[in-house]
Formats: sequence, structure tokens, C-alpha cells
Amino acid sequence: MITFTDVAKAYQNGAVALQHINLHIEKGEFVTIVGPSGAGKTTLTKLLLCEEIPTQGSVLFEEKDLNTCSATEINHLRRRVGTIFQDFRLLGDKTAYENIAFAMEAAGKSDEEIISDVPHVLQLVGLESRMFHFPNQLSGGEKQRLAIARAIINQPEVLIADEPTGNLDTANTLDVIEILKKINELGTTVILATHDEQLIKAVGKRIITMEHGRIIKDEQKRAHKV
Amino acid sequence: MFWITIKRAVRAGWVSFKRNGVVSSAAILATTITLCVITGLFLFHAVLDTTLATLEQKVDVSVYFTVSASEDKILKLRQTLESLPDVKSVSYTTSDEQVLAFRTRNAGDYLTIQALDELNQNPFGGFLSIKATDSSHYENIVAVLEGTDKKASQYGDIIEHINYNQNKEIIDRINRISDSANKLGIAIIVVFATISVLIMLTTIRLAIYLWREEIGIMRLVGASSGYTRAPFLVQGGLYGAVAWLIMLLITIPTVYMLGVRATSLIGINLFTYFMSHFFSLAFVVLLAGVFLGVLSSAFAIRKYLKV
Repeated sequence: MITFTDVAKAYQNGAVALQHINLHIEKGEFVTIVGPSGAGKTTLTKLLLCEEIPTQGSVLFEEKDLNTCSATEINHLRRRVGTIFQDFRLLGDKTAYENIAFAMEAAGKSDEEIISDVPHVLQLVGLESRMFHFPNQLSGGEKQRLAIARAIINQPEVLIADEPTGNLDTANTLDVIEILKKINELGTTVILATHDEQLIKAVGKRIITMEHGRIIKDEQKRAHKV
Repeated sequence: MFWITIKRAVRAGWVSFKRNGVVSSAAILATTITLCVITGLFLFHAVLDTTLATLEQKVDVSVYFTVSASEDKILKLRQTLESLPDVKSVSYTTSDEQVLAFRTRNAGDYLTIQALDELNQNPFGGFLSIKATDSSHYENIVAVLEGTDKKASQYGDIIEHINYNQNKEIIDRINRISDSANKLGIAIIVVFATISVLIMLTTIRLAIYLWREEIGIMRLVGASSGYTRAPFLVQGGLYGAVAWLIMLLITIPTVYMLGVRATSLIGINLFTYFMSHFFSLAFVVLLAGVFLGVLSSAFAIRKYLKV
């Protein structure tokens, strides 16, 4: 489904974020990318969202080379790829309901679909009572669950979670992992970038280890009870 | 889908406008100042025009006729002058009216009146007062009177003198003042309008800057640049519309007070003038406000859409 072929990314100041990345991710996989800060995990996810363009190599999403995407194709791609970030990236002046509705509106969904689906997804992540709260009225865990709800509302084929538990306590971290696992079980490809050991143990599955912009290990593991 | 998108953009713009009161207030304040400056400059231009017109009205050229000049010929000349495009009006004072005016003016001066009586005939000829459509046209009119024009040259024998040369200096000075004042007025209008538009642009740019992260998030969840931009354009338009309302609330009482208190000072009743141009002025200023608001937002948001 996703193929990185000899991908490198260097910035104008000379910093090299990625080099010689060769990676293939199958549909429905749960891939955890681990590594210390600066290893290149976030840059890798940014390439998938067309936030960055590789300086060398190609990134294929299905058969489409992301280097050659037009603005419209990028918009369509982003509707197929849900994203969750450490800093939640919610729209501060919109309520929980409106944050999710916005993602649906952007995807061209009708008002009827929005009215029926938004309460349902909020219920799924346990935020039905927080529907009309603004992000600054929610706890860290609630914000992340809202971000997850927004990421999955358009039933994306891929879900990218970049350090999703970085700002959460243990209980909320485990909650988020459980939700991600459930999403994966429903057929969505999940790419989780983290440096959290506890998280890596809890997830198991395929783990890709990065260091200094390179992939140094790619292994399958079993999940441990944490 | 198009109308649904428009409806959503308008709703999102309105909701954001309401919820972000401080930012909206700052943008509205800057826009209000701009619109007040535009309206103020319009009124300033009216005052300037009236003052210059009043000055110009005080200038005329008089053609004095000989005592023996026949009234028929004078009236013919008057007709000829009135047909010239440079001439606004021509008034004729007969020799009898001249002597009557002289007597009235010198009613208390017994010696002068006695001297006049002893003459046994009217020593005054009639004269024509000519007002030009523009003070710069007097030279052409005088050229016609002095005989460069075939139509008027036949009147050379009845004209005693033309006071243009005595008035020439003051006419030239008024021309220069009028010209400079017009140029200065336009320069002031351009400078103030530019400054206030720049202040407005900068304020709206700052307001959009505060939303740069939100704009990036909208793009990351798949919103097209047009869909992301639209609510901000609506907000920009709302800044202009609300600022226009506030501008009216400030301007109407201010102009009314100026009309009551300062008409004699500035030579024009500003309130009457304002009300006579109200609908066209209000419409133009509303358009300017909404246009500037939308344009400022469109410019400000451009660079944050590149995510």
C-alpha cells in the first residue's frame, strides 16, 4: 500500500532528516516506528501527508507517486489519511462537535451525514457528554480522543499517529493504544511514531527502529501486557 | 454542493467573528478608522471645492463702455459673450443705474453730488460684468473682447476699457492657489487613505496570523485552500460591514454638529451636503469597507495556506 524507495530528505540548512529509506507497508498493518528524537520519525510521516517533499527517492501511496501530486490530489490524499499528533492540533475556536464536523465538511459530506455521524463517533471515543465543549475545556486525554475521532470520521485507509501519547498519563496512554488497536482491527492501516518504551511493549506487531534518519531494524513482535 | 459550501463558509465566518471578540474588535476598529478617514476626506474635498469656488466667484472682468455707446450695440456684445463656452454669466449695468449707484454711495458727500449735478449730463457709461466658468478662462474672454476674435472686434469703438489688467494679478494668484490647493488636497487624500488602508491591512494580517496554526490544521484534515480561505474572507467582509455601521454612527452626529456650528466658518453646510450625497456616499464606503476587508484577508491568508 505504501512504499518508500531510497528516500532521503535534507533541509536547506544542510540538516539531513532521512537517508536511504526503503520501506513497504501492507494494507491493514499496524506499524510502530520507534527511535529517539531527531531520528526522522516525524519527517517520515510528513512525507506521507505531502507536508514535505523528499529530496531524493519516491513515496508511493498505492500506485500514486506523492512527489507528483497536484494540490487537489493532496487534499484527496489527506482525506484518506487520518492524523493524530502529540499536540492534538484541534481547532481552538470550534467545539468538539464542530472539530469533527469540519473534517467531514472538508471531505464534502452532506449535513445529514454530519448530523448522524458526529454524535456517533463522539460516543465511540467516550466524549458524547463533551460534544459542545471547546478544546480548552477538555483534559489532555479527552483532547486526544477528540483528535482520534476527527481522524477516523472519514473512515481513512491509513491512520498516522505521531507521538499521540506524549502529553498523556499512563491511563490515557493505554486508552489511546486500545482505540488504535481497535481501529486497526477494523481494517485501517495504522502507523504509530513514538519513542515511548511502554507503548512499544503494549503494541507489539511490526516495529521499525530509526536512528539518525536511517532504518536500522525492522522486526515483528508480540504485544506484552503492560 | 456550491451553495452548501457558500452556506458553510458564511456560517463558519460568522461564528468565528462572534467567538473571537477581541480580534474582531481590533480589526473593526482599524477598518472603522479607515472608513472614517475616507468619509472625512470626501467632506474635506467638498469644503475645499466650495472655498475655491467662492474665491473664484469673487473674481470677474468688467468691460466699461464709452458714454456715447449705444445700448443696442452693448446688448449685442452681451449676447455674443453669453454664447461663448468660457462665459458663465454676463450682467449689464446701464449708465443710469451707474449714476444712481454713485449717488447712493455718495449720498452724504454734498460737494460730490453738487459737482455731478453741475455736469448736466451723465458722465458714466454702462458696463458688463463677466464671470467665467473657470478663472483660467478670463484670458481667452479678454482676448475675444480686445479684438482677436472677428465677432467681437466690431465693438472696439464702444469699449472704453477692460479692467482685466488691474485684476490680472489677483486672478493669476487665485488660479495658482486653486491649482495648488487642488493638488495638495489630492495629495492629502492619497496619503491619508494609504496610511489608513495600510493600518487596516496590518491589523487584519495580524488577526489572520493568530489563526495560522488553525489554517494549517484545516489543510491537514483535507480542506482545500478555497474551503479554508472562504470563512476568513467572510470575516473580512463582516469587519468592513460592521465598521461601516460604526462609521455612520460616528459621522452623522459629527457632521450634524459641524453643520450647526461651523457653516459660517467653512462656507458650506456640511450636514446638508452630506445628506444630499448620503446614499451614494454610504454605498461607496460600504463597498470600500467590505472590499478592503475581503482583500486584506485574502492577502493575509495566502502564505499560511501553503501546507
